[in-house]
Amino acid sequence: MPRFLAGALAHSTSHKTLDQTFRPVARKNKMLEIKNLRVSVLDIDDSEILKGINLTVKTGEVHAIMGPNGSGKSTLANVMMGRPDYVINEGDILYDGESIINLLPEKRAHFGMFLAFQYPAEIPGVRPWQFLKAALDAKADSRGEEKMSVRDFSKLFDEKVAAVGIDPQLVKRSLNEGFSGGEKKRNEMLQLEVLKPELAILDETDSGLDVDALRIVAQGVNSMRSPDRSFIIVTHYQRLLNYIKPDVVHILVKGRIVKTGGPELALEVEKDGYKQYASVGASA
Amino acid sequence: MATQNTISRKSDMSGQEYQWGFVTDIETDLAPRGLNEDIVRLISSKKGEPEWMLEWRLKAYRHWVKLNEAEGEPEWANVKYPKIDYQDIYYYAAPKSVTEAPKSLDDVDPEMLATFEKLGIPLQERAKLAGVAVDAVFDSVSVATTFEKQLGELGIIFCSFSEAVKNHPDLIKKYLGSVVPYTDNFFASLNAAVFSDGSFAYIPPGVRCPMELMTYFRINTADTGQFERTLIVADEGSYVSYLEGCTAPFRKTHQLHAAVVELIALDDSEIKYSTIQNWFPGTPEGEGGIFNFVTKRGRADKNAKISWTQVETGSAITWKYPSVILKGDNSVGEFFSVALTNNYQQADTGTKMIHIGKNTKSTIVAKGISAGHGNNTYRGQVQIMPGAENAVNHTQCDSLLIGDKCGAHTVPYIEVRNPTARLEHEASTSKVSDEQLFYLRARGLSEEEAHHMIITGWSREVFKELPFEFALEANQLLRVSLEGAVG
Repeated sequence: MPRFLAGALAHSTSHKTLDQTFRPVARKNKMLEIKNLRVSVLDIDDSEILKGINLTVKTGEVHAIMGPNGSGKSTLANVMMGRPDYVINEGDILYDGESIINLLPEKRAHFGMFLAFQYPAEIPGVRPWQFLKAALDAKADSRGEEKMSVRDFSKLFDEKVAAVGIDPQLVKRSLNEGFSGGEKKRNEMLQLEVLKPELAILDETDSGLDVDALRIVAQGVNSMRSPDRSFIIVTHYQRLLNYIKPDVVHILVKGRIVKTGGPELALEVEKDGYKQYASVGASA
Repeated sequence: MATQNTISRKSDMSGQEYQWGFVTDIETDLAPRGLNEDIVRLISSKKGEPEWMLEWRLKAYRHWVKLNEAEGEPEWANVKYPKIDYQDIYYYAAPKSVTEAPKSLDDVDPEMLATFEKLGIPLQERAKLAGVAVDAVFDSVSVATTFEKQLGELGIIFCSFSEAVKNHPDLIKKYLGSVVPYTDNFFASLNAAVFSDGSFAYIPPGVRCPMELMTYFRINTADTGQFERTLIVADEGSYVSYLEGCTAPFRKTHQLHAAVVELIALDDSEIKYSTIQNWFPGTPEGEGGIFNFVTKRGRADKNAKISWTQVETGSAITWKYPSVILKGDNSVGEFFSVALTNNYQQADTGTKMIHIGKNTKSTIVAKGISAGHGNNTYRGQVQIMPGAENAVNHTQCDSLLIGDKCGAHTVPYIEVRNPTARLEHEASTSKVSDEQLFYLRARGLSEEEAHHMIITGWSREVFKELPFEFALEANQLLRVSLEGAVG
């Protein structure tokens, strides 16, 4: 059974090959396909968290992945983005028909993936402006596009800061340092809106948010919904889905997707909780 | 298997590159190897020095001989290196074409100018554009001082130390050794005996120096020691910002650098002294590199301020404690430092703040980055004398570790002899976390860029004290110096 380090290099040569060949072309109907994905934590035996995930997300769709604590939601979000702390035991993740499991996280970002973190890291001394400009430049560089001028970027940045409702004084400080939970999440939305990804994964972006902040997050997602962009919204609670109407809802329990349906599925969870799926998860 | 591949990629990246490692092919005038009174006399006569200067050197030499016989080099620092054979070093090396001191830049060996250009030193037109007055010291001899005329109109003196001895003997006699006497320590005594050149600056009362003054030091010849001496005097109510940069070629043998810097800030004046030290650090395996044993100290009189900022990325060994004697009431001393040790580099660096006057205030921000097998020690002394009413010190020491084979140490000495003093000491040790790295990489930054961004962010408190262009250089230098340390 091939074992790959998520987000790292399986073979020293495959890195180059992938870099050179993986250039998703700008066309519609790109798809994210997760096939029988089994994932463990690096260096810990018997730690399989994802036990055969199958998921297909078409461009333009909004999917919600719901599940109780410890079901593997965050692992799935992080593995999609290439976090190096996991090992892929089996299965594959395809984007636009090509496997991405050997791609470095930065390469995934370059072609248009984005992860809004549940717990964004604090980086002392790095200003949010500088960080976001570097991220945008790296993306432009990788695509051979011209970098945005400092002036244009500043304008865009100020605009988006106002739109997501971040205190302008806050973004003059260090990235996420001393930010409240809500401010961190708004800052993730700011990055989402500036980087304009093709595929955005929101990992529990709603946790720790008050109703106002929740609305702003939802507004951001809704305004960015387009036929060229898909969203995967990972959440424990249904309440964010009151503001963002998903096309498809998946219930993840104990590392398996136990039920897939329309928006009504979220309401079912709201009403009856996750307990009803526990037996399904154990036996499937 | 996957783990193995990750390791092999690491080793591929470990070839550190030192961009300034080239050697310039210039005819050199060398004194014979070794040190004795004749060598001291030879150096003095080569420089056409007056008798009083020679006498001072000889006194220093005799003191050094005594120190050398008694106890040798100081051994308290947290650095290990093979014994230095002081009789196997060239104490004087001068580029031949400048032994007859150049009248202007046109007289300077073009090879040497090309070297300075490679180093990015703004001489000539580039100096004018950059608005920086530059004195460049090549193998201990000062080769060009730009802007002398413009500065002269304001009464500012900025020239090589040798010229100052000839043209401004009264100032030199008055201030030379007044802050770092030739008896101060082993390396300061050695320097006083054999120093070959350096820079001198004098800012007259009430004058704000309109440009940054800069000296660039370069060691070229193999097996030479470089012993330069810098003396800066800011007269009452004046201001000057002074920059110092250093590089040396790639050589597999060690070279000794023992410099002395003295700053005198008279009443109400301010001296800002910034250093980027990028002497050759040795190979990734720890061969060669500069032994950097430097004594830097300033005296601040009434209401005066001295601020040291240093970015230390080079040298195999750094032994350096830029200090301030807060002599006058209300005087201020500052020390901002980033010291990086990668591969087998060792740094023992910090500061001394000696509070003598009333209401004196000092700030210390020392940041050490250790990578590879690097070993980084902060050593700092804060001394409050009995008469220093209401003295205040704030010290902050931060260490950042990259990898698991490096070391970081903090050795603060605090001596308080006046109960009104207020002292604060903060210290932290951290690592670049996987969470931070993944966060930046998930936004499109490569692993190396991510490390660099985290590390420069962490160093920002110090970098913001540097003049803008120098800060960019420091930033770049940090990137290059850490190559191979991450990934």
